[in-house]
Amino acid sequence: MNWGSPAEFFAMGGYGLYVWGSVIVCILIMVMEPIMASKRQKNILRALRRERIAEDLDRQ
Amino acid sequence: MNNRLIKWFKYASPQSFYPLAGRMIPWFWALAAVFGVIGLWISFFVAPTDAVQGEGYRIIFLHVPASWMSMFIYLVMAGWAGLGLALNTRLSGMMAQALAPTGALMAFISLWTGAFWGKPMWGTWWVWDARLTSELILFFLYIGFIALQAAIDDARRADKAGAILALVGVVNVPIIYFSVKWWNTLHQGASVSLMKSPSMAQTMLWGMLVMALCFWMYSIAVALMRVRAIILERETQTEWVRELPEVKS
Amino acid sequence: MSAFLTVIRRDLLLAMRRKNEMLTALFFFVIVVSLFPLGIGPEPQLLKKVAPGVLWVAALLASMLSLNRMFATDYADGTLEQLTLSASPLGLLVAGKIAAHWLTSGLPLVLLAPVLGLQFDLGGEALAVLVAALLLGTPLLSLIGAIGAALTLGVRGGGVLLSLLVLPLYIPALIFGAGAVEAHVAGLAFAGHLSLLAALLVLAIFFAPWATTAALRIALE
Repeated sequence: MNWGSPAEFFAMGGYGLYVWGSVIVCILIMVMEPIMASKRQKNILRALRRERIAEDLDRQ
Repeated sequence: MNNRLIKWFKYASPQSFYPLAGRMIPWFWALAAVFGVIGLWISFFVAPTDAVQGEGYRIIFLHVPASWMSMFIYLVMAGWAGLGLALNTRLSGMMAQALAPTGALMAFISLWTGAFWGKPMWGTWWVWDARLTSELILFFLYIGFIALQAAIDDARRADKAGAILALVGVVNVPIIYFSVKWWNTLHQGASVSLMKSPSMAQTMLWGMLVMALCFWMYSIAVALMRVRAIILERETQTEWVRELPEVKS
Repeated sequence: MSAFLTVIRRDLLLAMRRKNEMLTALFFFVIVVSLFPLGIGPEPQLLKKVAPGVLWVAALLASMLSLNRMFATDYADGTLEQLTLSASPLGLLVAGKIAAHWLTSGLPLVLLAPVLGLQFDLGGEALAVLVAALLLGTPLLSLIGAIGAALTLGVRGGGVLLSLLVLPLYIPALIFGAGAVEAHVAGLAFAGHLSLLAALLVLAIFFAPWATTAALRIALE
């Protein structure tokens, strides 16, 4: 183990800003990217459903 | 003909690949999570403090995997694009299109973490080090690929044009890297390369490798998610899409 | 061979009829080069140091301006389709168009650069190295640019998109070309830079027409 206390862990020997700045951006991107991909999926599914409903109505 | 061969080629059609990808995605997320937990544990709790760089060096556990992935994804993207060009398969082009944003984001993470590593170590937010500069150019190549595909309306033409650009890019990446390295050594004073760490403790190497595996599994998961959306977007007029349970409900 | 020369002659003739475009690109080169001292300050030592880079970047940008017209006008009036249908290999004809492009946009830059180099207090020998480097580098720019021009043929936002695609690929030429002059100014050997530039040129002569042809066929489908 490297850290004596949580405080030490967050301070990262003085480099806290840089280490956590990197970690946070990394996590942010790796969370946003799948969210955006799944949003894209939901959007196209919604559009397809709407088209199908429109077609069904046309056929009637 | 060999039956096993036919069975694999069936997945070259978007229709069969769509559900397969859907089944694979959770597995890759699980692998990414496992490797991520192990990797982060090694990075922060096992790897010792560096003699020269203190705790600040831990950024390499994010920076190096992101760089590796950005380069690897470019190769894979160019590979799929080239395959699509040669065999005229739609799905290969869709795969390349799906990989590009992930690769670009990996390049961005590499640049960002590189800057955050450079600032405490070298005093400036940006260092015109050979690797960072090459990474920046790789980022531009990704953006160019995405921009070109976005500008062309016809999907098939976009696939093929993107393929040529990606293949030209792939040939150029080693040339660019070599020329930037040359440029860097010429203009460097006595400063050491940003990326050179004097000794790589075993644990540090393991940390980087495990994090690289995590990033790899993550990239596959996200790319598969994206390619499913792309398949639906480009195959709206087909029967099988209309018959999908998600659409019929 | 004669098809190659015919294409060059035709493109040169067309360019001569529209001299404006050529001159505009040249003046762009001059203006951009003049902007740098205005932005950086007139101190001679500093200017001498940045001169190779500034001249090269300006040459890059100026030669990029004219890339659009390599294929666009022929595409618009249907000549390009006729070229693809001709008996001569398309690669040869494309090589001809690239050569003509260099003659009308690259070569004038090479001839003008030493004059501008004087503005930056570059010595006679340095200017000779600059000319040699540009002589090797500008055809390279035309070759690489042709690929981009073919890929973005008829595409929305063509001009700027073309720059975005092509500029990263220009970087090795920039590094070795400007590097040669800088090396000479610093008193070091510049032959290595020039030979690498020549190697890139040979590589591009072999592969660029081929890639351009593929891109043209895709654009014309």
